[in-house]
Amino acid sequence: MPTIRMKAISSGDTTEVQALVQHPMDSGFVKDASGALIPAHHIETVIFEHNGKTVFTALWGPAVSKDPYLKFSFKGAAKGDTLSATWIDNMGKSDTGTGKIA
Amino acid sequence: MSLENPASKEATRRTALRLLAALGLYGIAMPARAADAPGWPDKAFKAKSQDDVLAALYGGKLEMSDKVSIETPEIAENGAVVPVSVSSKLTGVTSISILVPENPFALAASYKLSDASLPMVACRLKMAKTTKVIAIVEAGGKLYGASSDVKVTLGGCGG
Amino acid sequence: MMIRRLLTAAFAVACLAAAAPEPSGPKADQAAFQAYFFDKFPDVKHEDFGNGPYAVNAKMRKQWQEIMEFPPYDFALDEGKTAWETPFANGHHYADCFDNGGIGIRQTYPRFDAKTGQIVTLDGAINACRVQNGEKPLAYQTGMMASITAFMAESSRGKPFAIEIPNDPRALAAYEKGKEFFYSRKGQLGFACASCHVTGAGQRLRGDILAPALGILAAMPIYRSDWGSMGTTDRRFISCSSQTRALPYPAQDESYRDVEYFLAYMSNGIPITGPGTRP
Repeated sequence: MPTIRMKAISSGDTTEVQALVQHPMDSGFVKDASGALIPAHHIETVIFEHNGKTVFTALWGPAVSKDPYLKFSFKGAAKGDTLSATWIDNMGKSDTGTGKIA
Repeated sequence: MSLENPASKEATRRTALRLLAALGLYGIAMPARAADAPGWPDKAFKAKSQDDVLAALYGGKLEMSDKVSIETPEIAENGAVVPVSVSSKLTGVTSISILVPENPFALAASYKLSDASLPMVACRLKMAKTTKVIAIVEAGGKLYGASSDVKVTLGGCGG
Repeated sequence: MMIRRLLTAAFAVACLAAAAPEPSGPKADQAAFQAYFFDKFPDVKHEDFGNGPYAVNAKMRKQWQEIMEFPPYDFALDEGKTAWETPFANGHHYADCFDNGGIGIRQTYPRFDAKTGQIVTLDGAINACRVQNGEKPLAYQTGMMASITAFMAESSRGKPFAIEIPNDPRALAAYEKGKEFFYSRKGQLGFACASCHVTGAGQRLRGDILAPALGILAAMPIYRSDWGSMGTTDRRFISCSSQTRALPYPAQDESYRDVEYFLAYMSNGIPITGPGTRP
């Protein structure tokens, strides 16, 4: 199941993108039931691309909420175009998702 | 029968660790850690104060401006998920960063805008306690800021 | 003499009127319960009561609307949909166990089961379906159980609660037990559910706004920011028991099923708002 999902709505030349990513975003400050620190495990970068060009980059730290959300807007895309997003976390894991602009 | 002196035990431990570090073997005792994602500004994310974050990210002086707006709830319903929106009337915005000074690390998130981007972003952040939230917008090489206050309290249900 | 007769007649009529019994039973309870909340919160639209604290506090509502732009339960919904469409080892599906293929029926749970004389919740029905079809029951409270109930709730979004108490003394007894559970003080803090959700409804308990009891289960299952994950009615009951320093019962305990029956019946007419998000 994709860990990153997007809703992209175009209005004229502007596309508004909302993304929701499934990720624990552990800050490294929280202890588990036994009192041991849960190690930091959070997304560091999310790169959004349209037509091979990077349109937006998120640089995230441990203070971004679990199952992180993002909204941004950009120009130059049209209905039916594809948007792709790739995240990489501090443990080297990554995933990519795509969304069609509606 | 003699009791072990904890102080001397600690001194011995420290010497051993220094030796290991010197031999470059310290890495074996630590869990393997992946390299950070390319482009991730780790100095900025590890900085404690607002000034250190700004120096690491931008290197300029921050000027508060009414051309930047930040929207946050007055009282967070839960400090783990606080919606934050930033927008700006400036043109040529290249970066937006959001700082939460009362958090262990001041920098919460930073965004790199392309020339196709509109100057706005919304996200959800963790706030450890009642804090100012500061939005920094970089445009034309200069830094403009705005701030708002968020009250973070303990949930009533004792959870 | 005339006046004395008139007074006697008037007195007799008054006595008869006083002796006429007040309507009682679940229907009367429900009318009184709903009237209490409609009166206490006159600016809240009746159908909005399924939104808990967000119905009674404008600033909380704004945060909720922002989070609902892309709700965090989206992943659970997807997982629930996939599970719904995946056949059991024997080839059957969840849909085979429910009326209308399980779609648009969440608002009729919990139900009284005449065969066992017990109250059956949606969660219980899902596990009964699994066991009937040779599958192991799911753990309650979170995970896949929350994902499947999220999927079923979503298919009922907007449909008003329609709980039935059939003409069976066992059903009525379960309702009465649930009602008693709701109003009785428990644990070290001596709180009843009603202490917070009736008397304290709309007020702050430290950082939280207390949801009115009317419609309080309409948003189940919920993604609570506090949990960072999904939780069912069981999860909320159990955590609330602990948090009010009362001994929690196990998931699907008779007490919890009965109080869920009571609360859902009290909320008849309030539309389903689940799955939901909460602080």
